[in-house]
Amino acid sequence: MIMLKVTDLKVNYGGIEALKGISFDVRQGQIVSLIGANGAGKSTTLRAISGLVNPSSGSINFMGRDITSFNSQKIVAEGVALVPEGRRVFSNLTVKENLKIGAYLRKDKDEIEEGIKDIYRRFPRLREREWQLAGTLSGGEQQMLAVGRAMMAKPKLLMMDEPSLGLAPLVVKDIFSIIRDLKSEGITILLIEQNANAALRCADFGFVMETGRITITGSGPELLVNKAVKDAYLGSN
Amino acid sequence: MFDKMLPYLLSGISVGGQYALIAVGYTMVYGILRLINFAHGDIFTAAGFFMVYIAASLPVQAAIPLVVVLTVALGYLVERVAYKPLRTAPRMSVMISAIGVSYLLQNLMWYVTGGLAKQYPTIPFISNSITIGTATTKVVTLVTPLLTILLVIALVTVIQKTKIGMAMRAVSKDFETAQLMGIKINSVISTTFIIGSLLASIGSVLYFSNYTSVTPTVGAMPGLKAFVAAVFGGIGSIPGAVIGAFIIGICENIIKALGYTTFSDAFTFALLIVILLFKPTGLFGEKTSEKV
Repeated sequence: MIMLKVTDLKVNYGGIEALKGISFDVRQGQIVSLIGANGAGKSTTLRAISGLVNPSSGSINFMGRDITSFNSQKIVAEGVALVPEGRRVFSNLTVKENLKIGAYLRKDKDEIEEGIKDIYRRFPRLREREWQLAGTLSGGEQQMLAVGRAMMAKPKLLMMDEPSLGLAPLVVKDIFSIIRDLKSEGITILLIEQNANAALRCADFGFVMETGRITITGSGPELLVNKAVKDAYLGSN
Repeated sequence: MFDKMLPYLLSGISVGGQYALIAVGYTMVYGILRLINFAHGDIFTAAGFFMVYIAASLPVQAAIPLVVVLTVALGYLVERVAYKPLRTAPRMSVMISAIGVSYLLQNLMWYVTGGLAKQYPTIPFISNSITIGTATTKVVTLVTPLLTILLVIALVTVIQKTKIGMAMRAVSKDFETAQLMGIKINSVISTTFIIGSLLASIGSVLYFSNYTSVTPTVGAMPGLKAFVAAVFGGIGSIPGAVIGAFIIGICENIIKALGYTTFSDAFTFALLIVILLFKPTGLFGEKTSEKV
């Protein structure tokens, strides 16, 4: 089943066309990776889906509803969560408050407490630091918190913008194993990565973006052996 | 010596509390919008006039809640009309809009009052005289610091313990990410203006009960001093604003006690310059604990 359908999406930033009409689908239960160089329009794509930027044309359809004109708040309520680039945890809130605020729109108090416990089971480091301000966490811990915070919204679609950026290789491995875990629990994931290798390895499907367009599409394994992708994003061997 | 100082100290603590109630409005709005709300002092003055006109036809006890409601409505309206449409505009535009609102309110008050000082009603109980040791003062002098501290504790509790408080802290840090959590930025901002105006209206009742009349520009000076207090304490920090306000109130009155009344205002503004030069983040200014 198609969960997210983006059709001919265009976004302008003060006269510059950041997205020049992209179309793609995300199927339920899959991991879809968007790869590409800096400035290709990957983040803009996620920001447009989240309602942080308004597309100039095109449409975004989520679970059969047209959400193109929805504001961020409504889009979260529909079940789309974004783990933003650079983690963006609330550094002035405690770890626990960051998780609570992820569930801001939820009313089911008891289940929210359960949800927090569940996040702590996944990321025991966060439990140890429950009462610490999020700004004092290490980069990897902040990324775990950002993922945990997004999951607190109980999203149907989890979008992640460069979750491995600036993290140590071991932590990057952790992050990708978390992404696989989430998939096995039935969460659909739309992932942006500069680390094309890792992103394509875990992806069911992948898109390559170049200057506002999708230029290559294919399954994860296909893209991993695609010559153009290999040359441009994966290194020669 | 102490006998001579006591009335000044009492009055300093009291004035400090009144400044504090105004300063919290400045500092909260700055914390969320990074905006110096220049209209805040005029909203404080407007609260004074609301009291003048309402008390003309209603008993003061009934007038006070009405004054609070009207002041809150005015603060809310100013935000909706003059700041909200500029949400994505450069910060300078919003600041100029704030200056515009300030002049608009002042001139409206000139227009309505015809520029005449209006007699402020006597507030029962808090206007009564009371003798503490050697000092004779009004009850308001004692009520102000107590009420201020109670209100500030209540406010800090709301901000630290409630959901809306958590949303306010999140919005003050990062608008965009707060939106991604599903927080309605505009209602958080409105709440901030409502709280600021609420405290200013209470501050106004306490402040003007020490004076006989209200004029359209009378709020400018306490407004400015409250602003200095907010900067002194570290703009954006509520405890900072309160402590800054008490320090300024007390210092001003000690200077008066020493016989330099002429310089008491100058002191406050000299303090502003010194802070901006040597510790621009103030006493409790935002520490940067983030890892990049």
